[in-house]
Parts: sequence; C-alpha cells; structure tokens
Amino acid sequence: MEHFFSLFVRSIFVDNMIFSFFLGMCSYLAVSKTVKTAMGLGIAVTFVLLITVPVDYLLQTQVLDENGAFNQAVLGGQDLTFLAFILFIAVIAGIVQLVEMVVERFSPSLYASLGIFLPLIAVNCAIMGASLFMQQRILMDPATETKAIGCIGDTFAYALGSGIGWLLAIVGLAAIREKMAYTNVPKPLQGLGITFITVGLMAMAFMCLSGLDL
Amino acid sequence: MGKLFSKENQEVFSNPLNLNNPVVVQVLGICSALAVTSQLKPAIVMGLSVTVITAFSNLIISLLRKTIPNRIRIIVQLVVVAALVTIVSMILKAYVYDVSVMLSVYVGLIITNCILMGRLEAFAMQNGPWESFLDGIGNGIGYAIILVVVGFVRELLGAGSILGFKVLPQAVYDAGYMNNGMMTMPAMALILLGCVIWAHRAYNDEKK
Repeated sequence: MEHFFSLFVRSIFVDNMIFSFFLGMCSYLAVSKTVKTAMGLGIAVTFVLLITVPVDYLLQTQVLDENGAFNQAVLGGQDLTFLAFILFIAVIAGIVQLVEMVVERFSPSLYASLGIFLPLIAVNCAIMGASLFMQQRILMDPATETKAIGCIGDTFAYALGSGIGWLLAIVGLAAIREKMAYTNVPKPLQGLGITFITVGLMAMAFMCLSGLDL
Repeated sequence: MGKLFSKENQEVFSNPLNLNNPVVVQVLGICSALAVTSQLKPAIVMGLSVTVITAFSNLIISLLRKTIPNRIRIIVQLVVVAALVTIVSMILKAYVYDVSVMLSVYVGLIITNCILMGRLEAFAMQNGPWESFLDGIGNGIGYAIILVVVGFVRELLGAGSILGFKVLPQAVYDAGYMNNGMMTMPAMALILLGCVIWAHRAYNDEKK
C-alpha cells in the first residue's frame, strides 16, 4: 500500500510528465490559452492514461514477454517485445476511438466540452511515453526503487499520478498565460518564446520537489 | 533530372530549414527536442533518426496515398511510422548502444512526434513521392539543426565539453570558472529553446 501511494505522489511531483520528461509538450503549448479548455484536455488525458497504461501492461507482461501466460499457452514462449511500439500505438489509437464513442453515447455534454481534444490524444506523447516508461519500470526491483511497477495496481497509481501531474501543469500554465495577456512583452518574444521561458521557470520551481524521497 | 531539382522542389527542401522550421516556427516535436539535448551526441543521433524516419514515412505514405481509405488513414500512418521507428531503434541498439541507452524512451516517442504526423497529413497525402521525400528530409534537417544548437550550448556550458571532449582548458577552471550544472537540467532546455525562438524571430523580422 505504501509503495502504491509513493508511486502515485512521485509521478505527480517528482517525475512530472511535463517538467521532467517534456511529454505531451505540443498539445500542452497549443491548448493552454484558457483555463477551461486546459482543464478539459487535462481530464481527457488522465482518463485515457488510466485505460491505456494498464492495458499495455497486460499486453507487455502476458503477450509480448516470452514468459507471459498467454504467450506460453498460445505461442509457445516467443520473445515478441520488438512488436511493442506497433502494438502500443495501435492500442492507444483504438482506445481513444473507443473512449470517444463511449463518451459520446453516455455523456453528450462531456463529449461536447472535450470536442476535438479526444481524437488528438492519440498522438499525444504523454500517453505513448507513459506506456514506454511503464515498460522500462517493469524491469526495476520494487524493493529498492519507488519507481518500479510490479503489478497491475501499480499501473493504475502510475497512470493516475502522471495524468494529474499533467493536468496540474497545463492548468497552471493556462492560468499564467491568461494573466500574461496584459503584460508588455518584447515583440519577437511574444507568444511562443515567452511561453517557453515561463514553462522553464515553472520547471525550475518543480525541481525543488526532485529531492523528495518517498 | 532538371525537373527533379526544379525551383519548387528546392523550396520544398529549404523552407523548413529556416522560414518554416518545424520546431521554432510550427512548434512541432518539442518533447524530444528538449529531452535529448543535454549533450550533443544524442542530439545528433536523434536528429539523424528523425530525418531518416520523416523522409521514408513521407515516401511510403505518398506512394500509398491513393489507396488509403480516408477514414482509417491515421491508423495506417501510425503503423507505417511505428514500423520504421522499430527498425531505427534496432539499428541504434546494434551500432550505438550507449546513445540508445541515453535516448531511452525518446526513440519510441518518435512515433508520436508531431512533425511526422503533421508532414504526413499536410504534405505526403497530397503530393508525389519525390516531393514528399524532399519535404521529409528538409523537415528532419530543420529539426536536427535546432537540436544541435541547443545541445551544443547545453553541453558546452553544462559540462565544458563538446561531443565528450573537454574544450575548456584547465586554466579557465583554475581561474575560478565553474560548469553550470543548471544547464543539464530540464528547466534550462525550455528557457534556451525560448531564447532560440526569440533570436530566430528577431532575425527574420529584421530581414523583412
């Protein structure tokens, strides 16, 4: 339980998707103009992460890995890890499509507010990145590393933490950018340039948390 | 031959290098541009890999563009890119293992690099194979240039070396100079890229 909790807190603050790995940067910069849309995208990313990371974990450990139960039973123990990239991206694209249909069917109001963000999530590096980090962390030893992912429960903690970390980062930036609209920035630096520098300063603030030992 | 290197094709190739640079103008592919540039060597390898992948994915999608049904084009594009990335990742593991360890997950993340999807959607789906190939190489090199600039500054100021060779003489350190450890941190990558964008815009505005 303790490992579960520390993994969760760690992925929000220490291994923040944006500030320490730059994942999902494109949509982070493009959709952070107002707090409301930023919130919508943040929630959508968290939601998709919560589904894809556990599914990719099961695929990795059961199907691709040569010692996986499904692999042993059906394929007779073949190492298929080289297929990971193709399978992960196919799972992500498929699940995004599925989530879109489910949300449209059961909650049209949420669907309307997320709008075009849902399909765009398929090519958000944060989703693919979380799956690839999960793949690396399976190999770590849970007894010594708080980052390690040992069971399916850990993947939920990791996905939820990463998603909330991303949400925090994008809402924070959107709030700053809303205020910044009234400031006088040098012309060539306006827009993108100053946004990068703002994110850099936010990342510096988050660096204070990197000493957190959980 | 004359047609292959006509004026339009030269523009297709040279536009992304400066005026329409994928990183500093279109703001695509930022994730990896920031993450792999703490040293120069991984930045160069990453730039090269992306150039090869954009060029060939553009070529393949352009050849297939008339046969791909419109509704499933994104998945087809993703699968082509993922297959190319898998090949490049295996080549990197086989020949430059230390760099591939440094790049870690960012090689796999080339799949979701927006430059690729952006070029496939905006260019390769409408243009012939040769133009698309040139466009892919141009965009890849435009991306690589920014990576190399940021990687150069970060490694020089952060570790006092270039490509792993010490370039600052010991006398400089003896006089009290210290490496700026902050440069190797993620935060400085963002601020440096902000400054690159600033310089690029100021320069191009002046020229107009």
